[in-house]
Amino acid sequence: MKIVALVKHVPDAAADRTFNEADHTTDRTNVDGILSELDEYAVEAALKIAESGDAEVVALTMGPDAALDAVKRALQMGADSGAHVADDALHGSDAVATSAVLAAAIQKIGDVDLILTGMASTDGGMSVVPAMLAERLGLAHVGFVGELNVEAGSVRARRDADVTETVEAALPAIVSVTDQINEPRYPSFKGIMAAKKKPVETWSLADLGVDAGTVGLAAAWTTVETVTKRPERTQGEIVTDEGDGGAKLVEFLAGQKFV
Amino acid sequence: MAEILVLVDHVDGAVRKTTTELLTLARRAGEPAAVFLGSGIDAARETLGRFGATKVYVADAPELNDYLVAPAAEVLAQIAAQANPAAVLVPSTPDGKEIAARLAVKLESGLITDAVDVAADLTTTQSAFAGGYTVNARVTHGTPIITVKPNSATPEPAETSPAEENVSVSVSDAATKAKVVDRAARQATGRPELTEAAIVVSGGRGTGGDFSAVESLADALGAAVGASRAAVDSGWYPHSHQVGQTGQTVSPQLYIAAGISGAIQHRAGMQTSKTIVAIDKDPEAPIFAMADFGVVGDLHTVLPQATEEITKRKG
Ligand SMILES: Cc1cc2nc3c(=O)[nH]c(=O)nc-3n(C[C@H](O)[C@H](O)[C@H](O)COP(=O)(O)OP(=O)(O)OC[C@H]3O[C@@H](n4cnc5c(N)ncnc54)[C@H](O)[C@@H]3O)c2cc1C
Ligand SMILES: Nc1ncnc2c1ncn2[C@@H]1O[C@H](COP(=O)(O)O)[C@@H](O)[C@H]1O
Repeated sequence: MKIVALVKHVPDAAADRTFNEADHTTDRTNVDGILSELDEYAVEAALKIAESGDAEVVALTMGPDAALDAVKRALQMGADSGAHVADDALHGSDAVATSAVLAAAIQKIGDVDLILTGMASTDGGMSVVPAMLAERLGLAHVGFVGELNVEAGSVRARRDADVTETVEAALPAIVSVTDQINEPRYPSFKGIMAAKKKPVETWSLADLGVDAGTVGLAAAWTTVETVTKRPERTQGEIVTDEGDGGAKLVEFLAGQKFV
Repeated sequence: MAEILVLVDHVDGAVRKTTTELLTLARRAGEPAAVFLGSGIDAARETLGRFGATKVYVADAPELNDYLVAPAAEVLAQIAAQANPAAVLVPSTPDGKEIAARLAVKLESGLITDAVDVAADLTTTQSAFAGGYTVNARVTHGTPIITVKPNSATPEPAETSPAEENVSVSVSDAATKAKVVDRAARQATGRPELTEAAIVVSGGRGTGGDFSAVESLADALGAAVGASRAAVDSGWYPHSHQVGQTGQTVSPQLYIAAGISGAIQHRAGMQTSKTIVAIDKDPEAPIFAMADFGVVGDLHTVLPQATEEITKRKG
């Protein structure tokens, strides 16, 4: 069985994330990048399946040179190989274009049984790429999965969306997982060493047969017109409870007309 | 004026408040036309008309219930192809976003998610980077598809008597690959829904597992109850009440955090609340830095006192 785990390289939420002034795209150069935390759950889910049976795990990313770090992290965790789609033309791609490129890469990897993704990327956070991939590849998509079983050519999942559902789908399928599904492992020293020898393919758009004119900022189907930093929230009055903390709280609420 | 399609969010015909918000927003940009998928139109008709739907497309088929979202996306695409709307507005729920994602590929159209406002010219407003930025964006290709977060508008009635059009449904094999074998009923808590509530009272690890003080204060204020991931992971409160990056995003008039330290992932889900109040026994808790009012103290004494005081004032 072949599993592809989608791993996105994103600006670290703990850093000061910002936008490029010139074109309003996410600043991926001046802010430290990491493997999107929510994709670690997808990698872990893939590794768990591989460990309990016979499966290989391919970590796939699309992004600038630095995005290779996301693949490396997945390899250190235990994925078998990596694939990195990198092309200058990709800068500023929207979700629709991203899904087209990732779909082409998945087809190039070939014979994929299961595609695991995070529930959302921690930068754009749209939660749409997996469903778009499903639409393009003609596959089932089960999103927001908090519990997953793969056996005998199908998946059975608990989906925690608007309500909790149990869903079944035959493989090949796409499953996006939540942070409820597992506890992602930290790479071990052994894992870090082993990762250095694992194969990583780098593909350009030409390698995938994707027309560079259909991706990137100029071809995006949405445009960001303005970006405004929200004023930092300022601290209001903080009181220490001396037996009257609840009463003081209600005084504040009453002053604001909530009571 | 061109139609603006609004995908109705409903439970067996009980129309959720987000739908009336979307109809209100749609009215700015064109003629709101509701798309009602599934059963229960008899229960929904009156509400859709009251909030200004000039037309209602109705489609029902067992596939819409038995399989995940793909059939709904297919039907919506069929209706959009026929109606040629100026935009499609979809609620920013997990299902809504997946439908919108599939629709964007089908219609070859740009997609904007999580809008908190939609202007007459279909320019949208969203939050980015955990509420740190406000972004204005527009779709530049195809039929704009926009998912809109709950609480983005105040529903304004505009009485109409909408024409109803029954749409015949044909669902492809490709759309029936993810079968729903079991679906839990929506739990009625007797409290407002988390994402719709004007006031949210949330508890974290500091509750020590006892949410009764949080719930009592919520009830005194007519509020919804939220929880941090630490509280949810400990099994103290259901995941559906989690506020934050991997839970719900809320933007109420008043957010009260009790025993929640204020990690970035939690802030991501409540940062845009109008007024923030925090109760925590650690004066150094980061949540205080963003609180309009804070009490350093034990929530197990502060919350009950507040609840009692509110009850007294209400007489
Ligand atoms: C990928 C990822 C996604 C995440 N998503 C979310 C999310 O969606 N939502 C979320 O909330 N978190 C999320 N987290 C977790 C987040 O990082 C924090 O761990 C979590 O928010 C902490 O919850 P807490 O504030 O309740 O607990 P703590 O950080 O332990 O804080 C508890 C607070 O309670 C106070 N306290 C203790 N006892 C009392 C008392 N008797 N009275 C008053 N105060 C008391 C303490 O002083 C402390 O400040 C996520 C983390 C990751 C890695
Ligand atoms: N550029 C990318 N490279 C690899 N995976 C991605 C990329 N963009 C999105 N994904 C995957 O799709 C999921 C949802 O992304 P999004 O729709 O952007 O919230 C992420 O958690 C990733 O697993």
